[in-house]
Amino acid sequence: MTAPGDDLQITLPEPSTANLNGRATRPAVEASALEARDVKAWFGRSLIVADVNLAMPPGSVTAIIGPSGCGKSTFLRVLNRMHELTPGARLAGDVLLDGQDIYATGSRPARMRLQVGMVFQKPNPFPTMTIGENVLSGLRLAGISVGDKAQVVESRLGQAGLWTEVKDRLREPAGSLSGGQQQRLCIARSLAVSPKVLLMDEPCSALDPSSTKRIEETIRQISTSVTVVIVTHNMQQASRVSDYTAFFLADQGDPGRVVEFGPTREVFSTPNDPRTEDYIHGRFG
Amino acid sequence: MTAVPVLVPPLPTRPSAEPRRLRPGPEALVRPTVIFAAAAAVTGLAFLATALSGTFGYVVCTYFVFVALFAWDTVRREGRTAGWDRVVTVAVATCGLCTIVPLAIIVLYVVTKGIGGLSGNFFKQSMASVGPLDPSSQGGAYHAIIGTVEQVGLAAMIATPLGLLTAVYLSEAEGMARPGKKPRLSRTVRLLVDAMSGIPSIVAGLFIYTMFVIKLHQGYSGLAAALALSVLMLPTVARTGEEVMRIVPGGLREASLALGAPLWRTVLRVLMPAARSGLVTAVVLGVARIAGETAPLLMTALGSDAVNKNPFHGVQSALPLFAFQRMRNAAPSEISRGWAGALVLIALVLTLFTLARVLGSHKRKGA
Repeated sequence: MTAPGDDLQITLPEPSTANLNGRATRPAVEASALEARDVKAWFGRSLIVADVNLAMPPGSVTAIIGPSGCGKSTFLRVLNRMHELTPGARLAGDVLLDGQDIYATGSRPARMRLQVGMVFQKPNPFPTMTIGENVLSGLRLAGISVGDKAQVVESRLGQAGLWTEVKDRLREPAGSLSGGQQQRLCIARSLAVSPKVLLMDEPCSALDPSSTKRIEETIRQISTSVTVVIVTHNMQQASRVSDYTAFFLADQGDPGRVVEFGPTREVFSTPNDPRTEDYIHGRFG
Repeated sequence: MTAVPVLVPPLPTRPSAEPRRLRPGPEALVRPTVIFAAAAAVTGLAFLATALSGTFGYVVCTYFVFVALFAWDTVRREGRTAGWDRVVTVAVATCGLCTIVPLAIIVLYVVTKGIGGLSGNFFKQSMASVGPLDPSSQGGAYHAIIGTVEQVGLAAMIATPLGLLTAVYLSEAEGMARPGKKPRLSRTVRLLVDAMSGIPSIVAGLFIYTMFVIKLHQGYSGLAAALALSVLMLPTVARTGEEVMRIVPGGLREASLALGAPLWRTVLRVLMPAARSGLVTAVVLGVARIAGETAPLLMTALGSDAVNKNPFHGVQSALPLFAFQRMRNAAPSEISRGWAGALVLIALVLTLFTLARVLGSHKRKGA
C-alpha cells in the first residue's frame, strides 16, 4: 500500500458475483456509476480531504469508514454538490456520474441532485407537511408531476420499511413519528424521486438497533437499483451492508486521505495497510 | 396472580401521613406579604418622623426597604444563596411590572378619555359639516377610519412583498451567490435596510412630498401617504423577516436542496412555510409601526374633514391625523373626539394583531 501523499492508484475489482458480499450480480438497470477523481476539498484555507480517487460501480454499496474529522462527510457532500453550499467551501477534482462531470460548467446542481439523493445524519422531515406529503415532497419541489400519488407513497414507504407502520396515519404531521421512523421517512422521500445514487451520511447514528436493522435491510433491498454510498462509524454496519469499503484517515494537521479501498470482505479480513487493521479492530479511532 | 414470585425487593412503605411533595402554593406568599406590610409601616413611620415626604418617594422607599428586609429574612432562614435568589426574583419581577404598567396605564387612560366620545355617529359621520362648538353627538371619524384603513392597507400591500423578498434575499444570499464567492451585495443591502429603519418618519414624509406630490405633480392623496408609510414599514418587515428565516433549521434547507429542488422552490415551499408564524409577526410589527404615524401624513394625505373614499386622488384624513387635529382645538367636544379617535386607532391595531396571531399560529398540520 502506498503511503498517504503518494499518488494513490486504486485498481477497482470487477463488480462481479464473487465479491458482492455473497449476493448475486445485480441487474444494474437504473443505478449509475459514480467516480471521484483527485478530489480535494477545503473549508476556507484548511484542506479537509485530498487526492480521493474512488470508483463506485453501478448498483453497489460503498461504505466510507474512518475516525471523526477525517473528511468522510465532506467527501460525501462533494458527491452531490452540497459541499459548495457551505460558505467558504472550495474543491478541486472531478466527480463523474455515468462519465459526466457533475461540476462541468453549465451543469445544474438541482438537476444533478435529483439523480444523486442524500440522507442526513439527523432525520429532517419537513415539519409543515404530513407524512404523505413528505414522501411526495421531492417530486413536488422538483416540479415533477406523477399520476398515481398514492401508489408512489405506498411503494416508497414500503421500500423504506415504513408502510405498515404509517399507512393509517399518512395525514398526520411528520413530526409525530419517532426518530427512527422519521429517518425511514427521509429515505422514502429520497427514493421517491428515483435517484440513481443515494448518499447516506451516518443515517443510523441517531437510531436504535431495530431502526438501524430496518434501514440496513432497506439499503440491501434498494441497492439493486440505486448505487449507495454510506458514511458510517459502525464497523459492523459497514461489513454487513457494503460491497466495497473505503477507509479514510487524516493524520494530525493533514487532510483526510483514502488509506484503503477494496471489496469489503478483503478490507475487513486481509487489509493491506496496518492502520486499517488497527482501526477495524478498535485499536484506535 | 398470587403465585407470582416477587423478584424485586418490595418498595419501602411510606407512612401514610407523609405530606405530598408539592411546589410552594399560595401560602408561600404569606411571609413576603407580612414583610411588605412591615416595610410599608417602617417607611411610613420614617416619613412621619423625618422631613421626608411625597407619595412617589414613599413608594420607592417602601420598595427598597421591602427588598432589604425580605433579603435579610431569607438569608437568616435559608442562607445566602436563597437570599440572593429572592432579591433577583423580586428585581426581575419588578422589571416585568415596570414594562406592563405603563402600557396598561396608557390603554386605560385612552379608554376612559375616549369612551365618552364614542357613539353611533362617530363611526358613520365625517366632520364635513360640523362646527367647532357642535356637541359630540354630531360629527365623527368615519372619513378618518376609511383613510387609515386604505392608507395602511396600501402601504402593507407595497411593503409586505418587498419586505419579505428582501428578508429572503438577506437570509439566503449565501445560497444564491456563485460557489466560493462571497455575497457582497447582501451586506450592503443589510446596511441600507438598517439605515432605512432609522429614518425619522417626517423625513419619509418629506421625501414623498418632494418626489411624488411636487415633482411628479401627483398632489396630496392617500396613495402618497401609503408610499411614505411603506418606506417606514419596509425595514421592519425585512429585518424581522430575515431573523425569522435564519432560525429555520438548516437541515430543512439541505434536505430540500438534496432532493433536487431549486432554491426558489426550497424557499417558497419549505423555508417560508416553516417560518410562517414568524413572517406574519414581521408583517404585523411593520403594520403596527406605521398605523400610528402622524408626521408623514401631514405632507402626503394632508388631512381633511370630508369623506374621500378614493385613495388615489385628493386629500384624505387618517385616525392619527384626526386625533391630532381635533386635539388642537379648545372645545371639549373636539378634545373628546380626539380621544375617541385615538381609542379607535388602538382598537384597530389590536384587532389586526389578534387577527394576525390567529392566522399565524394556526398550524395547518400540527407539527
